[in-house]
Amino acid sequence: MSAPQTLPQNSPAEAEASCRLPLLVFFGGAAFWLVVASVLGHLASIKLHSPSFLADCPYSTYGKLLPAATNALLYGFASQAAFGVALWLAVRLGSVAVPQPWLIAFSGKIWNLGVLVGVAGIFAGDSTGFEWLEMPRYAAVPLFFSSLFISLRTLITFHRRTERGLAVPQWYLVAALLWFPWVYSTANLLLFCHPVRGVMQAIVGWWFVNNFQMLWLTPLALAAIFHFLPTLAERPLHSRYLALFGFWMLALFGGWSGVPASAPVPAWIVSVSNAAAVMLLIPALAVGLNIVNTLRGAPKIVGFPGGPYCFLRFAVCSYLVATVAGVVIAASAPGAVAQFTWLKTALTHLNLYGFVAMAFFGAIYEILPRVTGAVFCGKFICAHFWLAVLGTVIHVGALGFGGLKQGALLGDAQMPFHEVIKTSLVFFRVGTVGELLILLGNLLFAFNFVGLLVKCAKKCCGQQMSCCGAAPATAGGAR
Amino acid sequence: MNFGPLIFLGVFFTMACSWFGMIVVPQLQIGGQQPVKLEPTGQMYPLPRAGSAQQGAAVYRANGCAYCHSQQVRQEQPVFDVKISDLGTNAALVAEVARKIHHSVGAVMPGKTVWRTFSKKEADAAAKSLVGAGAKASVVIVPTGADIERGWGARVSVAQDYLYDQPILLGSRRIGPDITNIGARKPSAEWQLWHLYNPRLVSTDSFMPGYRFLFREVMRRKDAPPTLGALDKALVAKTFSEPTGEFITDIVPAPEAVALAAYLASLNPDAPLFEAPAPVPSAAPATNAAPVVTP
Repeated sequence: MSAPQTLPQNSPAEAEASCRLPLLVFFGGAAFWLVVASVLGHLASIKLHSPSFLADCPYSTYGKLLPAATNALLYGFASQAAFGVALWLAVRLGSVAVPQPWLIAFSGKIWNLGVLVGVAGIFAGDSTGFEWLEMPRYAAVPLFFSSLFISLRTLITFHRRTERGLAVPQWYLVAALLWFPWVYSTANLLLFCHPVRGVMQAIVGWWFVNNFQMLWLTPLALAAIFHFLPTLAERPLHSRYLALFGFWMLALFGGWSGVPASAPVPAWIVSVSNAAAVMLLIPALAVGLNIVNTLRGAPKIVGFPGGPYCFLRFAVCSYLVATVAGVVIAASAPGAVAQFTWLKTALTHLNLYGFVAMAFFGAIYEILPRVTGAVFCGKFICAHFWLAVLGTVIHVGALGFGGLKQGALLGDAQMPFHEVIKTSLVFFRVGTVGELLILLGNLLFAFNFVGLLVKCAKKCCGQQMSCCGAAPATAGGAR
Repeated sequence: MNFGPLIFLGVFFTMACSWFGMIVVPQLQIGGQQPVKLEPTGQMYPLPRAGSAQQGAAVYRANGCAYCHSQQVRQEQPVFDVKISDLGTNAALVAEVARKIHHSVGAVMPGKTVWRTFSKKEADAAAKSLVGAGAKASVVIVPTGADIERGWGARVSVAQDYLYDQPILLGSRRIGPDITNIGARKPSAEWQLWHLYNPRLVSTDSFMPGYRFLFREVMRRKDAPPTLGALDKALVAKTFSEPTGEFITDIVPAPEAVALAAYLASLNPDAPLFEAPAPVPSAAPATNAAPVVTP
């Protein structure tokens, strides 16, 4: 175990090495849950066009596989990767070592335990019935307290920074770490501890789903993008003021959207939500302009083709496309048509896989070699990149077009419902192919992570260095 | 922007705004919603579900039925029907007045819609002129929209309908049909149970998976008495295939399946509300006439 360094005069390399243990816990857990989520998601996706597949087992209904996959992805992968990226950014940009890194690593283990209990609870039939919050209360409690503790320790690390000036990614990480416990605790309190009645539950649920995306995952993915893209391209950020403007616009409008077009709620709530979704174009454009101008004239490929740089650039593109599509849905007639169809799902996937996950992959592929001293195999990273890109494009494209068609056919009352589903089947099948590619890419990610651990362990044994004593202990991933 | 406290305050403030606007204000507006008394009958609406239906809602939630079935009817612009219930003493005058309302108005018959319009004002004026001619005329508000034309509900779903749903199971995707009023569409518990056991037995084109783990399959000799609680096969006489030989299979629903069927039967929010008027059913309620068996 690396000794905790609390002296403020750490060298940058020593500071980064101090967060090795928590980062291996977070990223190892993230890789593990990512594979679990993709396998479960793939099974659910097969069940869409072959309903009798695995139908006789009470634990493998579509209604259990899908929420289990979603929760494993959101809490197991995305949130853990976000914790890890936030911690590393706090350390790297503040030039400060993590005080008591084992405490964060321990909380990370609790978080993983919470996710495991939660996913098991969904399979046991204890799902709460609220999308993205399906994990039962007994899993939500450890999740909340461990996230609170991790956020607190990361903010303490941030507070102890020796570099006083604040970089753009630091705004995002401070904001996200403050927002997440608020959003998560509000949703849990109002849905399970002191439940509100009727459609208020749905409003709280939509608020949570939207804020989980917009105020938790998005800011940290943007933090990774704002740190790594300029650093890798070796260019200064185009405009700090533009970044500042984008940040506050996201903070201001991010928490208001997410209510579907014809929800059975007072009309002003839908209007406000749609207006906010349109306003979200402003932060997206600010980020897009800033990144495009920063990278103007920079080489197309930094490092190797399909490397972290490519992951991050693809993430920016997905962010812009997803935001624009969200605006179109919120501001026009297709919004009402698209409700209850696959279009919304396609957009969520674009946001989660195309934007958030890709940004985190890029960040993790950059961070891990720095903190462990071992290097990834470039070929496998490249293969992961292309699988992920191809899978995301096929999956999102198929579900998006399928959703539009489904919406149009549902609007025609003469079309019998089973005919509507029949025409969607081809899109489901293509979507499953896309999901399979994503699954293969995610397996490669886990493989890359394990490979790095093996290299790191070999290096430690070979050179008799106290390089990463904790690494073999976490080799098994999350659990 | 190099001040940590400034970021902290800003971040706190923006979150507080969203929290206040999207949680607190809606809660103040509709959080205290109470059941309302319906005009014609004096009944309260909505009523809490019966115990078995509540247990069924838990089965519905646990198995994630809401990931494929929504429970929300949407509507487009409502239309207004001018109806005549009685022609009065001067039928010729009524017919003449009716013809003056709009060129599309045809023969006037009691109990039939005289004219359909998108404007409440026009409909009211037309009804008034008919009443002036001595007829008994009224304006009926008719909700329209694909969901309603599909028979998924008599009217749009509103907040009042979900008052006792804990948790609320609106659903977000229609992989299966909407089941807002499935209790009216398929009132037979027997049908629901067979449909849960194997949807293709009662609905040939269904894509829904069967939930056979909610049932027990019991083999018995043909001459033995039927198993207690076994489903009646009259409904699936044509589609159910018995094993060959001297044995037959009895399908016995587990308590979960019975509760789930009770929950589905309880789904029928059709009360006309101020914010969601429904056309008052004329004569016999249409719901009882719904076909119980779809071969």
